[in-house]
Amino acid sequence: MGNHLTRRLITLPFLLVGISIISFLLLNFAPGDAAEIRLLRQNGGVAPSEEAVMELRQELGLNDALPIRYARWVSSAVRGDLGESYRTGASIASELTRRLPATLLLAATALALAVAASIPLGVLAAVRRGSWVDTICRILALVGAAVPSYVMAPALMLLFAVKLDWLPAIGYGSFSALVLPALALSFGTMAQLMRLTRASVLEVLDQDYMRTARAKGLTETVVVWRHGLKNALLPVVTVLGTNTGYLLGGAVIIETIFGWPGVGQFVVTGISQRDYPVVQGFVLYMAVIFLLVNLAVDISYRWLDPRLHFGRRHH
Amino acid sequence: MRHDPGAVAGFVIVAAAILAALFAPLLPLPSPVEVDLQNRLLSPSGAFPLGTDHLGRDELSRLVFGARTTLMMSGASLAIIMVIATVVGSLAGYYGGWLDTGLMMLVDLLLAFPALILGVAVAGILGPSLVNVMIAVSVVWWASHARVIRAMVLSARHREYVVAARAIGASDGRIIVFHIARNIMGPFVVLATLDIGWIILGIAGLSFLGLGAQPPTPEWGAMLNDSRSYMQTAPSLLLAPGIAIFLLVLGFNLLGDGLRDMLDPTTYRL
Repeated sequence: MGNHLTRRLITLPFLLVGISIISFLLLNFAPGDAAEIRLLRQNGGVAPSEEAVMELRQELGLNDALPIRYARWVSSAVRGDLGESYRTGASIASELTRRLPATLLLAATALALAVAASIPLGVLAAVRRGSWVDTICRILALVGAAVPSYVMAPALMLLFAVKLDWLPAIGYGSFSALVLPALALSFGTMAQLMRLTRASVLEVLDQDYMRTARAKGLTETVVVWRHGLKNALLPVVTVLGTNTGYLLGGAVIIETIFGWPGVGQFVVTGISQRDYPVVQGFVLYMAVIFLLVNLAVDISYRWLDPRLHFGRRHH
Repeated sequence: MRHDPGAVAGFVIVAAAILAALFAPLLPLPSPVEVDLQNRLLSPSGAFPLGTDHLGRDELSRLVFGARTTLMMSGASLAIIMVIATVVGSLAGYYGGWLDTGLMMLVDLLLAFPALILGVAVAGILGPSLVNVMIAVSVVWWASHARVIRAMVLSARHREYVVAARAIGASDGRIIVFHIARNIMGPFVVLATLDIGWIILGIAGLSFLGLGAQPPTPEWGAMLNDSRSYMQTAPSLLLAPGIAIFLLVLGFNLLGDGLRDMLDPTTYRL
């Protein structure tokens, strides 16, 4: 695992370059000409003359070779400039940064909900293997894997906001408005983490250290929850990184449904207005965040794994 | 499989959906696209078993024809994904060396993006259409499978049957196609079956955002999105495509789980 982290750190710069190249190339597949679109906006929708378009293309450097345009784009991006929106002319990077906290709040709450529900359920299902708790967990896992957030969200909205009127359907800024979007987003992750916790606990239940703990006369509860879970949770931690990617992606849809003012809503609006630089900036921004999250998970894994601590102390 | 009620249920659901999709035009259903503003948002009745949508179209008919769209799109995407993943995975696993390094770097790079985010961006930039959604899903999805197939090929490369085939003078292409491919077919089929659920969810999700099927094409994700404005007056419009997506994905997952247990009885039943 230590080697894994070293490998991660070495490949990190290459991945960043690769991510920037893909994000840059993405805009080249977009239809329409950036200079023409910008002039169209400045002229208030009146088609610009061909000379004016040519002139602006020259001025913006759009006629330069691809590698030169990439170098220019990436050097701005490094300095935190992701270009301007075709529609509003506003800075894309500052809009993304302004909206990021809302998305992170939603994704983090969903992750917390998923972890809080899945780990106790997964442990219970493993300890009482074959019991009704296990059966319910198995059904929950199957349902969770098959109900996407965009089915869950309107269903929750219909039940808790429209029929029962317990929670607001849309809104931002209050705790009650966070409940439904976070719940809808967390469901799939919860099911997956629960399956994994169950499998992982089943695997540690008959390990030597568990037998030792039992032999010491500890109660089964302490053995499972203290000794077993600590080890069983390691595989669960490794998938938290990938799940964050899943949650950030899912947030795009959930934000659209609940009118949540995050980065996802920004990009969906951008797509519907053919505001391609917004889409490009969004991809780069989110990929970098995802990379950092995965790095944080790898580092925390090193902290959590007792075998790695043990190894370090004796070297 | 007869002893696994889950797999049987999965098979029944998937077979029913495929039959409905195949024979949709022969079924006694009204047109799924013809607008009838006189009959907007009707509740379920004898004439319209699931009611009508905001344009007066029969919801049941749209659901059945929607199964066509969903199955065709996800089947085609799965084929594209598996072809790319197989070619890349076999080349990398069989030849190794710089080819392996280069291809796996590309795989790592694609996996560095959150899948749905890259999918939304690719589909959004290419423009809304069913074909573009299939391209987006395929571009995003092949990478993880290429890695799995590479590992399978890598472990098969030094087996006796491959060495024997090489000893009698078989070419690389012949070895990959006739010997290695045949031996990794089982896990490959399981991988594909378990994956189709994800592909269905991805395609319907992009369509939900308005990036996939365009009106009037019946598609479950798009139908779900259309129904949101009529949640209060016609909740059945929301539930019908939602339950359809759920059942079809559940069916494929159950079938995939069953096939996996059948082909590899040593895996944990999760």
